[in-house]
Amino acid sequence: MLSRTADNLYWLARYMERAETAARLLDVGSRIAMLPNSEQGYRNEWEALLRAGGSADAFARRYGDPVQRNIESHLFFDHDNPSSVVSSITRARENGRIVRTALTTQVWDALNTAFQELRQIERAPRSSQSLSKLTEWTMQHAAMVRGAIDATLLRNDGWDFLNLGYVLERADSTARLLDVKYYVLLPNVSFVGSGLDNYQWRTLLRAMSLHRAFHWAYGGEVTAHKIADFLILNSQTPRGLRPCVQAMTFHLERLGQAYGKPSGAQQAAQALRAQIDAITIERVFDEGLHEFLTRFIREVSDLGQTIHDSYLSGDMR
Amino acid sequence: MRLSVEHVTTYRYDPPVRGVVQSHRLVPTECLNQTVIGDWVVEVSGGIAGAPFKDGAGDMIRGWSLRGPVQEVQVTVRGVVETRDQAGVLRGLREGIPPLAWLGETAPTAPNPALRDLAAAGVGVDGLALAHDLARLVAEAITWTPGCTDAATTAAEALALGHGVCQDHAHALICAARLRDLPARYVSGYLFAEGASGEAAHAWAEVWIEGLGWVGFDPANRCCPDERYIRLGCGMDAEAAAPIRGVARGVAAESMQIAVAVGQRQQ
Amino acid sequence: MTTYFNEMMDKGAVRAPYAQLQGWVEQMPAELRNLKQAEAEALFRRIGITFAVYGEGGDPDRLIPFDMFPRVFAAQEWFRLERGIKQRARALNAFLADVYDRGEIVRAGRIPARLVYLNEAYEKAVAGFRPPKGVFSHIVGIDLVRTGPDDFFVLEDNCRTPSGVSYMLENREIMMRMFPELFASNRIQPVEAYPEILRRTLASVAPKKCPGEPNIVILTPGHFNSAYYEHSFLADMMGVELVEGQDLFVEGEHVWMRTTEGPRRVDVIYRRIDDAFLDPLCFRPDSMLGVPGLMDIYRSGGVSICSAPGAGVADDKAVYTFVPEMVRFYLGEEPILQNVPTWQCAKADERKYVLEHLGDLVVKEVHGSGGYGMLVGPKSTKAEIETFRAKITDDPDNYIAQPTLALSTVPTFVDEGVAPRHVDLRPYCLVGERIELVPGGLTRVALREGSLVVNSSQGGGVKDTWVLAE
Repeated sequence: MLSRTADNLYWLARYMERAETAARLLDVGSRIAMLPNSEQGYRNEWEALLRAGGSADAFARRYGDPVQRNIESHLFFDHDNPSSVVSSITRARENGRIVRTALTTQVWDALNTAFQELRQIERAPRSSQSLSKLTEWTMQHAAMVRGAIDATLLRNDGWDFLNLGYVLERADSTARLLDVKYYVLLPNVSFVGSGLDNYQWRTLLRAMSLHRAFHWAYGGEVTAHKIADFLILNSQTPRGLRPCVQAMTFHLERLGQAYGKPSGAQQAAQALRAQIDAITIERVFDEGLHEFLTRFIREVSDLGQTIHDSYLSGDMR
Repeated sequence: MRLSVEHVTTYRYDPPVRGVVQSHRLVPTECLNQTVIGDWVVEVSGGIAGAPFKDGAGDMIRGWSLRGPVQEVQVTVRGVVETRDQAGVLRGLREGIPPLAWLGETAPTAPNPALRDLAAAGVGVDGLALAHDLARLVAEAITWTPGCTDAATTAAEALALGHGVCQDHAHALICAARLRDLPARYVSGYLFAEGASGEAAHAWAEVWIEGLGWVGFDPANRCCPDERYIRLGCGMDAEAAAPIRGVARGVAAESMQIAVAVGQRQQ
Repeated sequence: MTTYFNEMMDKGAVRAPYAQLQGWVEQMPAELRNLKQAEAEALFRRIGITFAVYGEGGDPDRLIPFDMFPRVFAAQEWFRLERGIKQRARALNAFLADVYDRGEIVRAGRIPARLVYLNEAYEKAVAGFRPPKGVFSHIVGIDLVRTGPDDFFVLEDNCRTPSGVSYMLENREIMMRMFPELFASNRIQPVEAYPEILRRTLASVAPKKCPGEPNIVILTPGHFNSAYYEHSFLADMMGVELVEGQDLFVEGEHVWMRTTEGPRRVDVIYRRIDDAFLDPLCFRPDSMLGVPGLMDIYRSGGVSICSAPGAGVADDKAVYTFVPEMVRFYLGEEPILQNVPTWQCAKADERKYVLEHLGDLVVKEVHGSGGYGMLVGPKSTKAEIETFRAKITDDPDNYIAQPTLALSTVPTFVDEGVAPRHVDLRPYCLVGERIELVPGGLTRVALREGSLVVNSSQGGGVKDTWVLAE
């Protein structure tokens, strides 16, 4: 397929995933706002989440106070915040419009409906929209696009590029979210076992819609090791790092086979996978959680660059 | 006269670009004024050649491309041409563009009041005499002075400046001739420049004279092209007639160096 | 008072082609009508067919009003139109092949040399070049108006990249979805073969250097273009890639497209960008839309470009006057379709006539389009007429004038029910190894009562166009 088409599909998926991430952050942010927390804790929590989305500075400059209305504006409505729901869905739809013919009617419909409804939401008075509706709306439409892709799209190279976009974005956002909260999982931090601690863990899991799944998977007492294991190494965790890496290798292998020739991307993904397959959670903590995550984020970003150079830039020979 | 040409153009890109595409007008025109002796060589370092073809004006054109990363491109032109003085008249060229089509205007040859005045001042009993007079007026109005104009200078600007090089002379004459309803075009080529104004890479104008055909005028040297001239191709203005046109893919600073030597071959 | 030809009702009786529609519209309750109209609009919006036709510009997400009342031609009516359109398309292509070759028509003094060779659209770069099969304009859109049962006039020819054909196809698709019973009771000739015929037409002009099945692409200026939907629609329907300039590059003797598997050769380019933007090496150096080096490959026979660069010299408003002459000169036939009489304001005597009759005439800019910069004399105020008088006196070369044509009307759904509204027609003639025309076209309708301006930017809409089988 045209390299530019592959590029558009890849970014369509990345932006859809990004919209979902923004909605999750928004959900968590609103929960924090509901808690009878100390002023400082509330602010720290909020800033940590914004840092995960990479927009803490922009938020501070533009809005100052992290009150709910500002949070909503920033994460949902702000066209200037490239990671907001509005920005992400608009860009996803624009990418989709460009490659309209590489999508099925169902996928385009899901994407275009989300965009058209979004315009109505933007026009409606803010007072009429509850935050939970906004986040639910986003998750729902993200799921519809995702579902339409899974249910109707031909399993050709375009499908692989879409999926690569999804998993690279997801790996990046999970790793970042973990990274800004990494200190919560450090075993030697003084407030381990305190109420604050528990609540922060819950926040982290909720930000990935995984709080209930965690308990099903592990049960018993909540420990830092269990949470780290769940989010990094467990193959069952939907937004976990390892499943993301597995999906990267899966889709790249398919591409290599379909095209009858490998590129640098397969090798890079295999290396990443070998690493995460071999590592234990103890070794992660030995290396330092923050160091591990920083390295992982960089490696995923490098892989993204390799995919770009190999397939999306049009310079493939 | 037997003239040898060695023309090397070097382009450098910093940082290297992702690819380069060029279009060349580097083969002497097939006409009675000149004949290539032996092989005429055009080499492009690292280049992939396109198929050559003759365009509507009778020029031989060939495209080239280079795969990236490209840091440097060297275009080398080498060959020997036997030239014959035809009293300035271009003879025996087969072309498909009617003379009338060379009356339009382009940005570098667009008239302004000063150019209109210059054109109106030309006198002559017929087209040929008028063209000679216009060439004289241009030569008088623009003193040959290298370095004060550049590739983007228009005829109007050069005339206002009163100084320029062969490109400016040609542009001004083309504009004036067209204003007097004489089709005119820009010619690029080489000049065996012993004691003449201009460098070995040269340019002049051709004016269509009914009954005679295309006649060359070189205001920079106040003469018509003779056996010291080698003609490569023509266009509405300098850019359209450029021997090498190119586009690089990527953002980089481009620098260019030209070395041309035209010498007389002993026989 | 001008009388207008009503295509459905003639002297109180329903004309034959519309016979079936009479009952259909009478039996449709207002609620159902509103429901269907809303349904049609939702369909258009969902499939994303939001764009402007004819380079009118404007909001790329704008929806052009769709009127559900079809416009109908009887088989006999169409038969004559078809012959006229094909004749014209042949003559226009013969003219192009001639003026880029020996220019016999100019030498014969049948058309002024300056009009051709100093025309902005005359492309020196292709002089002497003969494209495959000698075809320059592969898709000819001819704008027609009707003033009586047998009276059709050509308003203008579009030899470059006429747009709007996706409307022809989508209008039909939507009508079939909403009113299947109409298609059961009327024998309507299908238009759905258009993309297939277009593909065949393009394939038939592949360059000699292309050994097997040619790789065809559509070249679009990009997704910001108002006709992007149409470009992507046609690519999809033909099963070919939709590319931008950045997706193509030249190397060796060919043009290639950048794919995830490496370069793939391109043989035929159906371009939807203007000549000036095709190749920065040959035309506008500042153009980012085109493909550097493309013209060199084209002229050396490595790729076909449709329409051929330089085709625009045949559809200029001033050259238009001479099309009937082209028909006689190249084909030795009498033109089947008439031109609208045209006065050139550049000529003193004709200008005098125009200035004396401004109140009765339509005045247009020579290079204008989209119904802008236009004076419709009988519909204008004294002040507007005086403004145009000044404009024409100021820059006469820029204006032509034509009599106000009594555009035919077709019943159209309006708030109060059904009422006659003025229409025009653009059929799309395909020229390759063969000349083909699908039975249909794009009917534009002036939705405002009394308006003669059908442009979508000025209150125009579109209709499905039916040609009945014999």
